[in-house]
Amino acid sequence: MSRVAAFLTRRRGGDRWHWTDVVTVLWLGAGVILMFGPAVWLVLSSLKTPAGLAEFPPTLLPYTAETVVVEGYDKPLPLFTVTREDGTEAVLAEARRVGTVAQMVDPANPDDTLRVNIAERTPVRAVGFAWENYTQPLVERNFFLYAQNSVFVTVMATIITLVTNSMAAFALSKYQFRGRSAVLILIVATLMIPLSVILVPLFSIISATGLFNTLWGVILPTVATPTGVFLLRQYMLTIPDEIIEAARMDHASEWQIYWRIVLPLTAPALAVLAIFSVVWRWNDFLWPLVVLSRQDVYTLQVGLNAYAGELNVQWHFILAMTVVTMIPVVLVFVFLQRFITAGIAGTGVK
Amino acid sequence: MAARLKQMAGAAAVAPLALLARALDPPLRAVQRVAGQGGMITFFLVPNMAIFGIFVLLPLCINFVYSMTAGPELFLAQRDWVGGAQYAKLLDCEDYTRPATCDEDLFWTAVWNTARFVLVQVTLLVVCATVTALILNRELRARGFWRAVFFFPVLLSPVVVGLIWRWILQRDGILNAAMLDLGLDPVNWLIERGWAFAATVGVTIWAHLGFYALILLAGLQAIPRDLYEAAEMDGTRPARVFWRITLPLLMPNLLVVIVLALIRAVQVFDEAFVLTGGGPGTATLYMTQYIYEVGFASLLKNPGLAAAASILMGGVLVVLTLLQLGLGRRGELKGKAR
Repeated sequence: MSRVAAFLTRRRGGDRWHWTDVVTVLWLGAGVILMFGPAVWLVLSSLKTPAGLAEFPPTLLPYTAETVVVEGYDKPLPLFTVTREDGTEAVLAEARRVGTVAQMVDPANPDDTLRVNIAERTPVRAVGFAWENYTQPLVERNFFLYAQNSVFVTVMATIITLVTNSMAAFALSKYQFRGRSAVLILIVATLMIPLSVILVPLFSIISATGLFNTLWGVILPTVATPTGVFLLRQYMLTIPDEIIEAARMDHASEWQIYWRIVLPLTAPALAVLAIFSVVWRWNDFLWPLVVLSRQDVYTLQVGLNAYAGELNVQWHFILAMTVVTMIPVVLVFVFLQRFITAGIAGTGVK
Repeated sequence: MAARLKQMAGAAAVAPLALLARALDPPLRAVQRVAGQGGMITFFLVPNMAIFGIFVLLPLCINFVYSMTAGPELFLAQRDWVGGAQYAKLLDCEDYTRPATCDEDLFWTAVWNTARFVLVQVTLLVVCATVTALILNRELRARGFWRAVFFFPVLLSPVVVGLIWRWILQRDGILNAAMLDLGLDPVNWLIERGWAFAATVGVTIWAHLGFYALILLAGLQAIPRDLYEAAEMDGTRPARVFWRITLPLLMPNLLVVIVLALIRAVQVFDEAFVLTGGGPGTATLYMTQYIYEVGFASLLKNPGLAAAASILMGGVLVVLTLLQLGLGRRGELKGKAR
């Protein structure tokens, strides 16, 4: 606590509080709540039972109702705190319920039954996690399949992106040939053409090539990213040509120069592109939404959207599957944040 | 130790590819002997350029032809040539500011919604990102942590972002519970037109703020320290330092951020679509969703009209991209371009 206090009361230079110090503290404090809060709330909510989710105002932590096994009843019965007519409180189990009247039984003495209005009792609850929100959609619904599809798309697209982009970048950075600048201009010109502008004709091409409703139809249009070629080429330009000349003297083939010399030296840029590609492809939504119309080829994002659009929205499953969809990206964020920020700021990959 | 482990993991990941590369060497050596170095250049370029040509350039070219045809058929050969009729339909309007008077009223609704969105979102986003960057550039303890706080939502998928906020903003959500606690009346955030629009603006800012703040932070950190030291020696007031040193030197990055934010705001789709589905009514129907609905989803499917609309949007984006390329020389941005 003392460190937090010391941090909060730190001053800028002198010993007076400058107004910018106040703004800083407020902004950062609000930032933590606004940025992390929603994600934390999502995770907490995803562990609630449907009954817990329906509560308003919502409880902060997930609770589950306590149950007890009573002799003479097959299923475990939920426990409630009931105030008896004589004013004493008792913990009773609900045997059955008709309308607003519940028949309660004493777990210790199953013959002792009592009829209670449901407004006059409160459920006995403890903090508990509804893990079935996670297991049910994964096992009984298609979500495991969606996750597999997403992994397949992400991995294949990233590998193909790295291989084809690095080959093209190698040719464009280490050889002088006619038409090189034409190819470069073409790539730079399309750097910013978004998918939404070519959505309709691209869809007709995908249909014509029989890739509609296949995962390859999702993968192929995304792999020839101009961004990737551009980023790798910029990096390869910094590799000195003398190394390549020396290798040629030693009778290395052009292919060997590419994969034994240039590729290893490009590793930092390849790592950045790989991370970006994984995040992009995992998060892709519009294009898979257009290409995939059959449930068995849905990716997680499309499946999640379809699930959230159903008439009877099952929030307890949706929230849990949203968390599952979030996990890989959060892992990337936690372990590789430095690469990403360096990549965006442009210092690591000049 | 950790570095060693990382190396080993890296080696394990590339091992199969390395094996493949080694196996490819003898045949490719033969190819090189026959085709020469020029042949090898072609070989390196072909995979990427073929995919690029088929899935980016070709669609771009046929989009123009597509926009001049009509009918429900998908393949170009089966479609009827109508010349500029689709454009005429889009632009047929008595009063452009009142979509109801237009032939294709949804298109103009989407245009004005998007224009309003771009104006409000980009302004707020750039201001918030600048303030965040300025604060992160101060001498903070645990700066890496604070940077991560603001950057974290950038990596989340739009669907996840949309669902998180749908859950928070729904009628019985936590935001309304908090409002009740504070003695305010609960609001139907996603059902009232004005609030739904504000929600799409706020949520997209939430999701992208960190990305732009990071670019601006890099710009701030590139400003030479001695300028500030000199200003301090002259006893310059902090406000003057900001207007005379920080802002002018940050300008290149700021311009790039504004243009990038503009380009992305024009194409807004994913988060808004998951959050509101374009509703209530058409209050948050934006351009990309219009193209998607007309091209694929609606009952009255009209791909030609969608293609024409996408070309008009593409025109706006080309102007913005040229602006960006002109400004981007110094910015050198990669990252989230696609």
